[in-house]
Amino acid sequence: MAVAQRDPHTGYTTTGHEWNGITELNRPVPKVIWLFLAATIIFSVIYWVLMPAWPLVETYTKGVLGVDQRSSLAENLRIAAADRASWTQQIETRNFAEIQADDSLMQIVRNTGRPLFEDNCATCHGMKGQGGHGFPRLTDDAWLWGADPATVAETIRVGINSTHNETRVSQMQAFGRDGILDRAAILDVVTYVRSLAGAEPTGDERSDSIAAAAEVFAANCAACHGESGTGNTELGAPDLTDESWIYGGDRQSVYTTVYRGRQGHMPHWEGRLSALERKLLTLFVLDLGATKQ
Amino acid sequence: MFGFHYKLERHTIPFVLAIIFVAGIGGIVEIAPLFTIGETVEEAPDMRVYTPLELAGRNIYIREGCYACHSQMIRTLRDEVERYGPYSLAVESQYDHPMLWGSKRTGPDLARVGGKYSDAWHVAHLDDPRSVVPQSVMPAYTWLDDTQLVTEDLGQHLAAMRRVGVPYTDKMIANAAADVYGQANPDSDRASGVAERYGEETNVRAFDGEPGPVTEMDALVAYLQILGRLTDAAHEQQALEGDLR
Repeated sequence: MAVAQRDPHTGYTTTGHEWNGITELNRPVPKVIWLFLAATIIFSVIYWVLMPAWPLVETYTKGVLGVDQRSSLAENLRIAAADRASWTQQIETRNFAEIQADDSLMQIVRNTGRPLFEDNCATCHGMKGQGGHGFPRLTDDAWLWGADPATVAETIRVGINSTHNETRVSQMQAFGRDGILDRAAILDVVTYVRSLAGAEPTGDERSDSIAAAAEVFAANCAACHGESGTGNTELGAPDLTDESWIYGGDRQSVYTTVYRGRQGHMPHWEGRLSALERKLLTLFVLDLGATKQ
Repeated sequence: MFGFHYKLERHTIPFVLAIIFVAGIGGIVEIAPLFTIGETVEEAPDMRVYTPLELAGRNIYIREGCYACHSQMIRTLRDEVERYGPYSLAVESQYDHPMLWGSKRTGPDLARVGGKYSDAWHVAHLDDPRSVVPQSVMPAYTWLDDTQLVTEDLGQHLAAMRRVGVPYTDKMIANAAADVYGQANPDSDRASGVAERYGEETNVRAFDGEPGPVTEMDALVAYLQILGRLTDAAHEQQALEGDLR
């Protein structure tokens, strides 16, 4: 196999191979490709010197620029914190009433609270705080544990029926499933509870249920919800006389609530959000309801 | 240089050896750092293993392809740390075989989702995502709630994990099916064994809201609720560097 065969038309040598009468010219790799290869190799050598690159057994080459993701993150967070310091200090040191009275601070709360709310709270309570089935509405006046800022802040901190060791605890018994009340008594109580909120008896709801259920209500429900059904913020027992229903106010929903009880769960945010973030959220959430009215 | 190559090309065995040598360089560069992985991954003495129920949930997470849209890796970037919490450490994936870090986020990162939402929210969300998040594009996983979890083979899953280095004990493997039931039934007599074998911190709840038979929903919610909570190492690391937020 001769290597130096020459192609008669172009004058270049061929590779010496022949495929069905076709031969290939033996031409060098284009210069531009060599240049590109050389450039990438030079780049990588420079990069190895400047940046973290080669693993050694217990450590790695750190590079002369000293770039480190973790320390640059810490630096970025430090810069961000310094940028915000002018207003974070005011939020941290002033009390709720002072901040709520300060319009320029409240504007900051509205701007910075929104992404915090959307990342953490809106998933359950809705983008506008409108709530949903099983998740309380935050824009009305019905507050299970009270509406003052310190109380709301505490609820955010420890949660409700959460895994925090200081959690707020509030559980409604399963009056039907656990056999405390029979079906007829539950149906009467459902009619009674709905009447407290102003709902007229519908369909096969008996109007005499209300009278019959008053005694059952006093014996079983009043301890938490109060004799007149206005609730108790000490126990997180909802007001039954308003139009706000967490699990629905139709007959079937109220029946299910009384039958199976409710053990709503709000996670605690201490440990996940900083004290500043929780304070911002408290102010933001209260502002959601206030600006709506 | 070309002269050498022309000669090499014409000798089969030396050419084969040369190819193996050059390809071997690439292999060594990729593989050799793993030999010292024990030296480079942080220690987390409080790290616990997945319970059988959580492992079953993890298997469902893989089966349903959740990793295609959700990552489990918080990177060292300011926006990620501010949104999701402390950045992920290698040790947090110590018992993940395979790891589910992912790189695509159609949905949010899940590395720290454990404990962020209630069980009831997870159940409602998996059953019908748009009932709680109207703008969501996540598919509904309606069958999880009515499909009973297969538990007979979970002991073997644990044994397989032990083969690749997860420190499951013989007792854990032998009691896998009982622990699955116990973790989802806090009032049953099998619940105490879960805390005994996996620690008091373990979530023991009726995850799908219904005690009794263990469903795939129980398993998946149990897994989601433990994500990022097997160790506090990441939170300690953040405290070490000073949480300046």
